[in-house]
Formats: sequence, structure tokens, C-alpha cells
Amino acid sequence: MNNQYVDLLIVGAGPAGLAAAISAREEGIESILILEREQEPGGILRQCIHNGFGLHRFHEELTGPEYAQRDIDRIRELNIPVECGTTVLSVSDQRVITCVSASKGFRRIQAGAVILAMGCRERPRGALCTPGTRCAGIYSAGTAQRFVNLEGFMPGKRVVILGSGDIGLIMARRMTLQGAKVLACVEIMPYSSGLNRNIVQCLEDYGIPLYLQHTVTEIHGRERLDGITIAQVDNKRIPIPGTEIHFDCDTLLLSCGLIPENELSQGAGVEISPLTSGPVVSDNLETSVPGIFSCGNVLHVHDLVDHVSNESFKAGKAAAAFICNPSHAEARFAVCDGTGVRGTVPQRISAAPQEDVQLMFRPSDVFRNAAAVVECGGQEILRKKAMIYTPGEMAVLTLKKEVFSTLSGDTITVRIEGEKNNG
Amino acid sequence: MTVSLAADGSFVSVTGNTCPRGAVYAKQECTEPLRVITAVIPVSGSNLPLSVKTSGPVPKEKIAAIMQVLGDVSVTAPVSAGDVIVPDVLGTGADIIATRSVAATHL
Repeated sequence: MNNQYVDLLIVGAGPAGLAAAISAREEGIESILILEREQEPGGILRQCIHNGFGLHRFHEELTGPEYAQRDIDRIRELNIPVECGTTVLSVSDQRVITCVSASKGFRRIQAGAVILAMGCRERPRGALCTPGTRCAGIYSAGTAQRFVNLEGFMPGKRVVILGSGDIGLIMARRMTLQGAKVLACVEIMPYSSGLNRNIVQCLEDYGIPLYLQHTVTEIHGRERLDGITIAQVDNKRIPIPGTEIHFDCDTLLLSCGLIPENELSQGAGVEISPLTSGPVVSDNLETSVPGIFSCGNVLHVHDLVDHVSNESFKAGKAAAAFICNPSHAEARFAVCDGTGVRGTVPQRISAAPQEDVQLMFRPSDVFRNAAAVVECGGQEILRKKAMIYTPGEMAVLTLKKEVFSTLSGDTITVRIEGEKNNG
Repeated sequence: MTVSLAADGSFVSVTGNTCPRGAVYAKQECTEPLRVITAVIPVSGSNLPLSVKTSGPVPKEKIAAIMQVLGDVSVTAPVSAGDVIVPDVLGTGADIIATRSVAATHL
């Protein structure tokens, strides 16, 4: 077994890991290593062949592979090593990483700082408690996306999609364009958790019906799926007898949410938020363990890769600062979710942040003609009005760095004021 | 946001938009909706599919016809991102271009 030292070790070469590496190098960190378990860098963007990525960052609409390629090109220009086909087995609280690859075997690497950028994975069938047989033909939407876009085969011909998350919507269009018949998209909530543009461009464009407040109540089939039954649900999400609709189909795709993949983080003793399922971080994206940082979908699930890149640039910069001066800034403020707000990141803010602080969160319901309000010690420090706040779109509030020295309280609360309107 | 159209479908006005881009989009969407189409096509000499897109937005009603064209396209590896696969597809003025590179070695 060989022992190695690097200043900065990054777990994951998706958009988060790549952006973090680029910014750390631009801050002057020479010794950087990115470990990636897939055979190529790019992460989930490799299979997201649709366009719409990069509007904020590059002011143009790119496909996933094109967006990833821009960062990969920059990584190559900067000569930052990316070791693919390498699985990280553990990260310790002393920043010792163990990893394994076919070419180099088992290794132990000591890092000056670690950035966790492992991304997220899909909620599987087992977590959904769907009734019915365990036949073939049931895939998570992302798995189907990989089959179609990367491996070149179709998982089925007649498809129903459970859940209206963005990947499910995108796959409704992809399956249709590649020749399948998508019969329905079924959502248990009274609203879609996907972006509006995806409802329009992936369902409405192709006449695919969206059944809101419906769920799958029966899965039929022995060897292979041959049909499903859906039913309307009441306000407590209990199926209403007599509202069943049957579909003859051979494939069910599940698009029921994403969960940050934090087994490595937990192994390092990083505190995990039950609300985001990602690490608890301070405004510089440092976790509860000194020198271990986190960014991208492993921290909290984003809607837009542009936001992932932006967050990861900050993490790279903060990790570079830690490498030059390994000190762990004590948190001065705790950030709390108020009414209508879920999972605000960061959860902690230092006394004097180096940069403006972006608070990101998901509204808990749909609010119309609403305002997001940030308060500290009874003092209102920010108010941002919007025609609509919805759980499908992450809200972002920017607090100027100058504001923190004026605050007297210790708790910063974010809440939404306005009419709840889930219909 | 409300878009008013005349009886013959021609554009009259947009109201209720919150920014100038909204008005442009709403007018376009109600008179001639445009989409960028992306797809994957098989590549001979590789077992990986090639992802492609239209180089610009094309009329929505041409999506099916463009997919038909793509069904008959034959491409041989290697292909580089940005390569034109079908120039000026169906006279739309947009090319079908590769969005990733596929090497000839993936067999």
C-alpha cells in the first residue's frame, strides 16, 4: 500500500468537483487530485443530453455534455489530475482518504483539505412503498436516461412515469422522441416538483397528460410489467376508491426525488441535516469537521447546474484558504427555517463573512404574491417579493456581507409571508 | 401573463409580463413556438450513441419530421463535438450538430 499526500482532494468529478478544483487552482493551490468512480469526468451531465444548461453562467443554452466539456477543458488546461475508475471507500475526520482502482489498487491518501462533491442519487422503489409485484420493467428515471442516452438502448415501449420531478419530465420527452409511447405522468402532490419549462416542453408539447393528486395503487405483471393502476388521492394522500384508471404498459419510470449521497460524509463524522440530507455547513461551505467542505448536490439538491458550479467555486476558494491557513472559523449565527421554508443552506454563518452570503432553500408549499423575509433579533434584514414561490424552484436570497456586523441576535430566520396556494 | 391574438391567429398584444423577455417569449410561443431538439443516434464503429442537437431553435411542429430524418442518418466514428451531422435540416436554417465526441475505439 502506498501513502500519498495532496493539498486538496476532491471526491467526484461532476460539475461540483470540477468547478471546485478550478477555483482552488485559480487561488494558487498546486497539489490537487480529483477522484471519480465513473470512467469519465462530467458526472450526471454526461447523460443529460437535453439543452437548457448554462443560461446563468454562460448566457447560452448548452446540453449537459457540452456544459461538462467546458469545465473538463479548463481542468485539462490547468493540468489538474482526474483519476477515473477510482472509488473512494472512506474519508476520515483527519482527512485521510482510502480509495481503490483497478489500475492502482488500494491506496491511502492524506489531504490538507477535502471537498465532498459526490452528488445525489434517486429515491428507489423500495423507499416509495409502491404496492404490486416485483416484475421487471420498473426503473428510476435516471437509470432509464443512462440506458437511452449513454448506452443506446430503450427500456420499454409503453411507459408511465410516477413523479413529476425534472428527470421524469425530461424522460417523458426523451422516451417519446426515441419512439416510445408515454401514457401518463402521475404526481401525488397537487403541484409538480419540476420546473415549469419542463412541464410545457416535455409534457404539453407531446400531449402527455399530467395526473396531479394521483398515485400508483397497483403494479401488474409477473415476469415483466404489463400494466399499472393509478387512483386519485385525498388531501392526506390516501387513494380514493372508485377513481382508479388502468394503463396497459411495459415500463414504469420513477422520478420521486433525489437524495444527497452522504455515506462518505457520515463516515467522516460530518453532521448531516435531516432537512437537506446533506452536511450542515457554514457560509464558506465548511462542514462540521475542520478542513472538509461540501458543495453541489451532495450538499443539497439543486435545480440548476449553474447554481452548483457557483456554489462549488466558493467551496474551492474556501478550501484553498484553509490549506494556506488551517483555521476553523467559529459560527456566529445559526440559520433557521421559519414558516414556509425548508432546508436553508448554509445553516451557520461566521461573524464576518468574506463574501456576500447566499441563502438557498425550498419553499414548503406553493405561495402566491408572497415575500421571503430574513430576520435577526427582531430586525428585518431582507425582504424579497415574488409572484410565486414553489417547492419546485429553489429560492435564493443574497445577504450583503456588510449587514452581519450590524446584527444583534444570534439566530437568522428565513420565512415566507403570503397566501398558501397549492391548487 | 395574457397574450391576445386576432381571430386569424395573428398577434395583438401581451399584458401582465414582468420583464421584456417575457413579452418576446410569449409572443413567440403563441405565434410560432420554437424548440431546440436533442436526441441520440447510433454510430457505426462505436457501441455508444451520439448525442446531437439542432444548432438553434426550430419550429415545434417540425419536431416529428426532424426525428424522422435522424432515424435515417448514418454516422461513422470518430465524431467530434460540434461536427455538423445534417446541414440545414428540413430547410429550417439549423444544422444537426454533435454535442459530444465519440471515439472509434468503443467496440
